[in-house]
Amino acid sequence: MSLLPWTIYLSFAGALVVLVAGTRSAAAARWLALATTAGGWGVTLLAGLSFRSAPGLQTLVDVRWIPELGVRYHLAADGISLTLVVLTGLAATAGVLFSWNVAERAGEFLALYLALVGGVYGVFLSADALLFLVFYELAIVPKYFLIARWGSTRREYGAMKLVLYSFAGSALVLTGILWAQAAGGGHGFALADLARGGFTPAQQRAMFALVFLGFAVLAGLFPFHTWAPTGHVAAPTPASMLLAGVVMKLGAYGCLRVALPLFPAGFAFWQPVIAWLAVAGVVVAGLAALVQEDFKFVIGYSSVSHMGFVLLGLAAANARAVSGAVLQMFSHGVIAGLLFAVVGRMVYDRTHTRRLADLRARPLHRWLPFAAVTFVVAGLASMGMPGFSGFPAELTILIGVWPVSRTWAVAAVAGVLIAAAFTLRAIQLAFFGQTGAMGANPPDDGGDRALRPLPPITWPERVGALLLLAATVLVGLKPDLLLNWIVPSLQSPLLQTALRGGAP
Amino acid sequence: MNTPSALTLLVFVPWIGAGLAAVLPARHSRVVSLGLSLSTLVLGLSLLAVCPGPAPAAGLTLEEKIAWLPALRISYHLGVDGLSLLLVLLTGVIGPMSLLASWSLERGGRLLRALLLLAQGSALGVFVAQDFFLWFLFWELSLVPVYFLIKLWGGPGAERAAYQFVIYTVGGSAFLLLGFAAIYAAAGTMDFAELRLLANGTLTDKLGPAGATLVFLGVFLGFAVKVPLYPFHTWLPPAYAEAPTGVAMFLSAVMAKMGVYGFLRVLWPLFPDQLQAASGVLLWLALAGAVGGALAAVAQTDLKRMLAYASLTHVSYCLLALFAVTGFAGLRGERALAAGVAALDGAMLQMFNHGLAAAALFFLAGVLEARAGGRRTLADFGGVRAASPVLAGLCGVALFSSLGLPGLNGFVSEFLIFRGVFGLAPGTAAAGCLALLVTAVFLLTFYQRVFHGPPTPATAAFRDLSGREVATVAVAVVLMFVVGVYPQPLVGLVNGLASLWAAPLGLPFVPVS
Repeated sequence: MSLLPWTIYLSFAGALVVLVAGTRSAAAARWLALATTAGGWGVTLLAGLSFRSAPGLQTLVDVRWIPELGVRYHLAADGISLTLVVLTGLAATAGVLFSWNVAERAGEFLALYLALVGGVYGVFLSADALLFLVFYELAIVPKYFLIARWGSTRREYGAMKLVLYSFAGSALVLTGILWAQAAGGGHGFALADLARGGFTPAQQRAMFALVFLGFAVLAGLFPFHTWAPTGHVAAPTPASMLLAGVVMKLGAYGCLRVALPLFPAGFAFWQPVIAWLAVAGVVVAGLAALVQEDFKFVIGYSSVSHMGFVLLGLAAANARAVSGAVLQMFSHGVIAGLLFAVVGRMVYDRTHTRRLADLRARPLHRWLPFAAVTFVVAGLASMGMPGFSGFPAELTILIGVWPVSRTWAVAAVAGVLIAAAFTLRAIQLAFFGQTGAMGANPPDDGGDRALRPLPPITWPERVGALLLLAATVLVGLKPDLLLNWIVPSLQSPLLQTALRGGAP
Repeated sequence: MNTPSALTLLVFVPWIGAGLAAVLPARHSRVVSLGLSLSTLVLGLSLLAVCPGPAPAAGLTLEEKIAWLPALRISYHLGVDGLSLLLVLLTGVIGPMSLLASWSLERGGRLLRALLLLAQGSALGVFVAQDFFLWFLFWELSLVPVYFLIKLWGGPGAERAAYQFVIYTVGGSAFLLLGFAAIYAAAGTMDFAELRLLANGTLTDKLGPAGATLVFLGVFLGFAVKVPLYPFHTWLPPAYAEAPTGVAMFLSAVMAKMGVYGFLRVLWPLFPDQLQAASGVLLWLALAGAVGGALAAVAQTDLKRMLAYASLTHVSYCLLALFAVTGFAGLRGERALAAGVAALDGAMLQMFNHGLAAAALFFLAGVLEARAGGRRTLADFGGVRAASPVLAGLCGVALFSSLGLPGLNGFVSEFLIFRGVFGLAPGTAAAGCLALLVTAVFLLTFYQRVFHGPPTPATAAFRDLSGREVATVAVAVVLMFVVGVYPQPLVGLVNGLASLWAAPLGLPFVPVS
């Protein structure tokens, strides 16, 4: 447990080392980056093994940092942050495996990637609101460069849009936090202190709106979600995996860790609005995914749709739904990583097209069987098929939402159905477009260069995909592994105040 | 528990077979997959031997329960009673038949066998799982192999048919899932046995009257699409017609029974009052499925589509019997009880009998299609009997079983169903007889047009059935005779349950004051 802060230090140190090593040898940079992320993941798993669940945050480090402002370097963890740092470690490791083919300035790329990972660890472990924001902003900068320099389709536009939305969001959060600190009259920004501010309900409504909206933008709350598909599509594969898989969770985590406990009355006021927007996100983004012509945009919109489930779980405001939301954060992190890996690395890097109409013309299930199987399994997981992590997560959310509002639950189920439709459509068009019965002879390639078989799937890709697949199946069959961390953490007094509401 | 018990083996041996079938070389893969598929029949028969005689009325004859997700109070709970065992035996017969029917497929044959075994294991899981969480896992997973089986090996319209099949079924299941989320939110358990204890109004109280109705509708929708109940049947004809033969056999013989099983095992025990209230309407829908399916079959010229609609008619009989019993409105006493038991016995037996007939007919239609070079409209055939007497004979038995000729199995179950329904809802039963009549018309037309008359160019040089092809249908055809003449063992298997479920009909009628 006490080792957890080392995930942050290890990542940033790794970034520096990789940057230096990358100037000599790309291979060395890759192996070092892999060692760094795997090391970080190992630390989180060790922490998970030694974790003893208790309500409330368990302090890891707490020292004065900027005494004049009352800012402390205060890191702490509970079951929720533990779940998310394990996810970060897993997604980061898999991401490095999927960046094995980055040849252009590989050292710089991996250094920025590790810096992003370090920032993400920092956010998940911060127990001081300002420190939280510092890490949050720290993570934005590498995102920009990763997309703008190594990205694809409209990369500068995508990067700029993503960064502007992120900064706008964090500006809102900062305003809200500063206001809360001033109004509370306390000294310092520790979350626990801020929560004792004794704000009036009117203040809470306004402060909650600022902070929640700021974070929710990053979680892809409808209608502020448009940065997500563009940004994820423009990003290079490992960055897409991390952005959709983990960085969107920063927003949801911020909502849960900061906005809800600090302003419970404000939350109760805005709850129906959030729930409706979340449901709208589930449905609208699902419908958008259904009509995309670009394979990667399908996955981009599906991420928004799945994050809608997370926000709906938070909005239902009872322990059941929120535990489902955290489980969904983990589950979607793994599944989105897989989907982006297949689309970006396995398919696009080989075919150089992401248009479903083009992919349809090739029998990809025969040329890239591993990619086809991985995508089918990941797609099933994404549809919420039992046996995979999405199922217990969405089921838990639905169980929690039903007593609060049947309408929300029914609308969310419509979202599940839409997810099945767009996932199946993507599977059919991208991998099984050239059907013909299996009994038929393979179509004659006729020497057409565009139809030549593709380079086979490499070992780093296989290992990365299997890691993520194993995680989604493991959690799907044994969600207790994570729920045993998450559920006790929801008993903390801070969260209980916020979660009192909701159930009739 | 260290040794895996019989029920665990029953479910997972086909899945192990699926893994082996996928990796072994083609030659071994065939034999191994067939052997492991037969394990279901072997285990099913030995279970039958373990719990002989009339099955105990209530409860499970054999079960195993292990804590799985203690935090959610979900357990790995398997169990069998007479109904489960009946369907396990059916699956044990049909699974190997489907594999044999796909025996000669060269390209992608290993994958096809693996997917068929996957579907077999999932269907078995549905029939023996006793906790919703586990049960739903099998229920949904069964879709995956079937989707790919239709999509990859199906006919020209397979892509659309597969997509439609999955979207319809997932659509139904999504609301089923929501229904159980609500039940769990109210009751805190998803174990079927524990939920049944709450069925006497407790569950309705916990959900609230409006909530209970909504949940009932959600769960109902999931099963109604799967069976399918008219008007949720539109996915069925393309799916059955486009699917490759072995898959159409499994789909119509086994997977359609999952929906009926759901009605009997899950919906009825949990929501008896809601089901009773809805039964008036549902009885009409079942009737519409039976009569409409038969009329639609008459209008078909495509052999497989005709069989698909015939399938709709025959499973609608099961629902007709069920809804007649659940909607007994005011009928009480000995006669009603006897009628109810007959109807339920008939419905459960019909699940088994229709499975045999549907599998045999789809297989033989597939043979005809293959012999005729992929053509399967009625006009393409004629005079097949002269060239292929064995084919004609076996197909005749299956057709007559399907239309309910006395002495064959179909008669027993349809007779019981109509006897029961006449006692409970005479008008509906009379109208349902129309379906019997129309079924006879199109099945006889089928036989007449295909096997008699002048040979067409396509049929002139027909080969008769090969030894393997005869072996594929032989078990089913033999069982048609055996069950037709001596149905007692199967009736004994389900009679206890039927008496239990129909018991309220025997209570003295108490007018509501």
